[in-house]
Amino acid sequence: MRRILVFFLLIADLAPAQTPRLANGKPDFSGVWQAVSSAHYDVERHMARHSLMLRDGPHGPLPAVPVLALGAVGAVPGGLGIVEGGTIPYKPEAAKLRDENRRHWLERDPEIRCYLPGVPRATYMPFPFQILQNQNQFFIAYEYAGAVRDVYFKDPGPAETDSWMGQSVGRWDGDTWVIDVSGFNDQTWFDRSGTHHSNQLRVEERYSFLTPHHIQYEATITDPEVFTRPWKISLPLYRRMEKDARLMDFKCVEFVEELVFGEHRRKPLPR
Amino acid sequence: MRPFLPTLPIATLLVMAALVWGAEIPRTPEGLPDLSGTYDIATLTPLTRPAGLGDRLTLTDAEAQAIAKRAAAVKAATSKASDPNREAPPEGGDGSEGAAGNVGGYNTVWVDNGSGAFKIDGKWRTSIITDPANGRMPPLTPQARKRAAERARYARPNKGDAFWITEGLSPGPYDDPELRPAAERCLLAFGSGGGPPMLPVLYNNLKQIVQTKDRVLILNEMVHDARVIRIGGEHEPPDIRRWLGDSIGHWEGDTLVVDTANFNDTPALGNATRNLHVVERFTRIDEKSLLYAFTVEDPTVWTKPWSGEILWPATDQRIYEYACHEGNYSFAGILRGARLLEAETLEKQKKQPAK
Repeated sequence: MRRILVFFLLIADLAPAQTPRLANGKPDFSGVWQAVSSAHYDVERHMARHSLMLRDGPHGPLPAVPVLALGAVGAVPGGLGIVEGGTIPYKPEAAKLRDENRRHWLERDPEIRCYLPGVPRATYMPFPFQILQNQNQFFIAYEYAGAVRDVYFKDPGPAETDSWMGQSVGRWDGDTWVIDVSGFNDQTWFDRSGTHHSNQLRVEERYSFLTPHHIQYEATITDPEVFTRPWKISLPLYRRMEKDARLMDFKCVEFVEELVFGEHRRKPLPR
Repeated sequence: MRPFLPTLPIATLLVMAALVWGAEIPRTPEGLPDLSGTYDIATLTPLTRPAGLGDRLTLTDAEAQAIAKRAAAVKAATSKASDPNREAPPEGGDGSEGAAGNVGGYNTVWVDNGSGAFKIDGKWRTSIITDPANGRMPPLTPQARKRAAERARYARPNKGDAFWITEGLSPGPYDDPELRPAAERCLLAFGSGGGPPMLPVLYNNLKQIVQTKDRVLILNEMVHDARVIRIGGEHEPPDIRRWLGDSIGHWEGDTLVVDTANFNDTPALGNATRNLHVVERFTRIDEKSLLYAFTVEDPTVWTKPWSGEILWPATDQRIYEYACHEGNYSFAGILRGARLLEAETLEKQKKQPAK
């Protein structure tokens, strides 16, 4: 009797937890997901630092003047990074631009101006996103800036025009959903740390279930103009478990109007 | 004891149900009508019926053909390539009207409002609005009339002067970004394209529906607004307001009924307020089209509810990214232009002191 019980416990333990599936047997990623990491600050392995924008202090780096008032809120939490190997293989010139971007973070980070985030950045921003999936459609709605992606099941050929979120074409590799993303412009970053790319960027994303409530997300990033070789990121995505988990409005356009257009008010406010 | 399993009756019921449903409309694996797809809702049928047509809901074939022919002729005449060597329009504009008018905006090449009226039950429609019977919105409440008149004082074609200064309007219509329409600010599609109700506009009329077991998403091409409709459940607490309202749906037979409330202060629908309440009904009528019907009520705006319906025909077109804010250079130009007009008007006033 006891042996039988042990046997069943073992079976229960070994049996893979129930993967949500569509009627056609494919994994169903529908739901509200979010990354939990410091990758949105800096995808590379990094220790906590004073700020995203630094100046030289008498004893080491200090927050730059425009972000000083943020105090601890403006500091960057550390992270072991989501980049395989820890660092992005920038070509020397591209690394220089990345460093320059960091010094000009407030003027250059597209997130500051509420621009569409691009891929893969949209995935690990500190906002939830929602996947809606059926047998013929795979759609991702992101809370940040109301960004959206419709993933084509049939490759329509090269993107006819560059875009912020790129053109996504999906396919199944067993139980892994693979999305080839191309047709990007050169305006988006990978994080808040100046990590740029060119419009030759291609991203191959892989979504697979770790448990019914966790997706293992991987992306291989290729851009021969900027990187010495393709590089890979990976991180888990967590299902938002709240009852009625959902996306809220985050139309940040109205939140940046003072920043972007405030100087053109009839009576400009003090800045 | 094994519970009694009425296997056969259930199977029989399923088969019967399948026969009743027929194969005429696509269904989800759960047996619900499958609303998924991309739809191009551009149409020459206007929201509001031309007053001359009275209570006539439908057009004759000849009338519908005449409307399509006229529209095609206008388009042909106004979509010629612009002369690359043309001069700038004269100061104060060239007097032409419309979105593209006066200062040499885009021509009709950019307009995509359909090539014909739409048909429901085999009949061409005169208007999207079906109730009231005259196809026109019911009268505004007195307070809404007052607000609309107030807005009309501010929303005028640019005649090259800062009329808000000469007429002492304060604040002026261009004083602050927040005073401009949500569409100009890239916050919403214009003309209630994102809705609800989701109405056809001058261009970018594609809608995409993605249906899952418990959600229906509707993407509006313009400003990439995605409504995620929860199937079942309750509305959010009313202190949470949304640009497109909070939408919950349920199935009534083969029709998806979507109830939307809790809008913010400026819904996409003209004149509407935060009290707007919209009920939409989505029905797949054949493999190629949905019937989209809606009822609008806002007791602070209209003296009674009003309703309409329009065909949503499926399309093979793909939706391009509508990155509006990212390229909204003209918005700074609009505000800057107003500052220059103000400076000029004040300068003129200085030179010609009031009598």
